[in-house]
Amino acid sequence: MHPFVLERPRDLSAVLALGAQAGRNDAPVEYIAGGTDMVQLLQENVRRPDRLVSLAGVLDDGIEIGPQGLRLGAAATMAEVAAHQAVIEQFPLISQALLNSASPQVRNQATMGGNLLQRTRCPYFRDVGYEACNKRVPGSGCAALDGENRWHAVLGTSDDCIAVHPSDLAVALVALDASVELRGAGGDRSVPLSDLHRLPRDTPHLETVLEPGEVITAITVPANAAGLRSHYLKVRDRASFEFAVVSAAVAIETDGGRIRQARVALGGVGTKPWRLSNVETALAGANFEPAVLRQAAALAADGTRGRGHNGFKIELMQRAIVRAVEIAGARA
Amino acid sequence: MSGAISPALAQAAGAATAPLDVSLRINGTEHRLSLDPRTTLLDALREHLHLTGSKKGCGLGQCGACTVLMDGMRVKACLSLAALAQGREIKTIEGLAQGDELHPLQASFIERDAFQCGYCTSGQIMAGVACISEGHAGSPQEIREWMSGNLCRCGAYDHIVAAIQDAAAVSSSKQEG
Ligand SMILES: Cc1cc2nc3c(=O)[nH]c(=O)nc-3n(C[C@H](O)[C@H](O)[C@H](O)COP(=O)(O)OP(=O)(O)OC[C@H]3O[C@@H](n4cnc5c(N)ncnc54)[C@H](O)[C@@H]3O)c2cc1C
Ligand code: SF4
Ligand code: FES
Ligand code: FES
Repeated sequence: MHPFVLERPRDLSAVLALGAQAGRNDAPVEYIAGGTDMVQLLQENVRRPDRLVSLAGVLDDGIEIGPQGLRLGAAATMAEVAAHQAVIEQFPLISQALLNSASPQVRNQATMGGNLLQRTRCPYFRDVGYEACNKRVPGSGCAALDGENRWHAVLGTSDDCIAVHPSDLAVALVALDASVELRGAGGDRSVPLSDLHRLPRDTPHLETVLEPGEVITAITVPANAAGLRSHYLKVRDRASFEFAVVSAAVAIETDGGRIRQARVALGGVGTKPWRLSNVETALAGANFEPAVLRQAAALAADGTRGRGHNGFKIELMQRAIVRAVEIAGARA
Repeated sequence: MSGAISPALAQAAGAATAPLDVSLRINGTEHRLSLDPRTTLLDALREHLHLTGSKKGCGLGQCGACTVLMDGMRVKACLSLAALAQGREIKTIEGLAQGDELHPLQASFIERDAFQCGYCTSGQIMAGVACISEGHAGSPQEIREWMSGNLCRCGAYDHIVAAIQDAAAVSSSKQEG
């Protein structure tokens, strides 16, 4: 592990002054929240910051539900949010995505902010023994393009990077139109979650729109996403404690036997949490006939590109959407 | 083993940064340590306090052998920096028995023969204690899901699940009685 100075500021203004930046391997100052991803990255020398700034005790960890919707403080843990009664009742998609993530221990430690900013599980990114990784070392190439890419993305990829964004929570949240509240030296701003992560394009080392020093202070979910019938379907290589091969977050409003409106997002297949507005439009007004659902889900294949080992995801993700819509529709 | 910092490596990395004074509360006792900021809670327990009950299987959060309780909640000690655990109440396998009297889950692990090599066992027991107190030990299926963060290379899972079920029954009959 590279030596670092550990900063433990007492308040948020002292934090912001240190200029840390998440999601960039060349940032010399970086935050640590729950540490469940950061400590791994430090142990494996993937991240080598000179200074590590602890966010412990300086960020809001509250969970509030009001007329505006849901507000999750950035320091709330995965376990706290998953077990929160009002979240379970009104935003079950969020609780379900969290309970299908990681392990009970990790969920006790990991925070909302850290979850959204966790780094990709691409094995080449996480192993400094491989030289070619544009995300880790800009301009070095991408070992995954012609390598073991069964876990990699088929949506939003570029010839410079095909890494999946691994968060389950982010997939559920992006389906529910969530935003993140940011605070930086220049003040506060709110960014739709769908705009927080950048596409890799030819700059995969720039993962987010965060400015130096900026922190996530909270996640907000609008009230109109409450009470929808929903399901988070996670397909993985073992039954529990594993990242998604493909996941589908679906929330629908029904009217008799028809879908009035649908929200659909996918995980495990995109370079960022991936919302599918074309599938949503096709589902609006549809009934639950399997053929109808399959036709709508087929639109998810638009713009996909497989790279060899991961081609199977293109079919699998369509089936996952159909199954998730069926399960959501069958809920009381 | 992956994750450990050998002194030679630390030196090669350009000399450690200044040590930090860290005070850790473990099993009810306060310990004052001077630690490199890179020290994980697991390394502090094992290398500095010689509490070697918590094991290092992977050092990367994947196996659960290092599970301890922090303010009553199960966490992976290998993913915590020791300096950030200051002020928290930490309980390790060494603090579970009351004198010579084993914790009910320790007793049921022996009763059920819930281990072979024993390497995962202290982590399994600490996670199992939390699994029971959280109320996630209602059925074998629920126990399997909520114990999925603890791997056993020897495959003693059936016996581990049975041991947790037994101890959960003891603790619920105590509560009712
Ligand atoms: C064994 C294991 C299995 C896992 N399985 C899954 C899974 O199935 N699904 C899943 O979704 N995730 C999974 N994870 C990932 C886990 O969810 C993340 O590690 C965790 O959510 C990160 O949160 P943290 O608070 O520990 O972040 P940290 O590790 O502390 O930080 C992560 C990053 O976020 C930055 N950061 C943290 N908070 C803020 C903030 N408020 N503002 C700005 N920057 C910030 C840090 O600088 C760092 O770059 C798994 C992790 C492990 C160890
Ligand atoms: S897919 Fe991205 S993260 Fe993985 S090796 Fe290629 S550039 Fe690196
Ligand atoms: S040593 Fe901590 S999880 Fe393996
Ligand atoms: S008893 Fe050997 S690893 Fe579990």
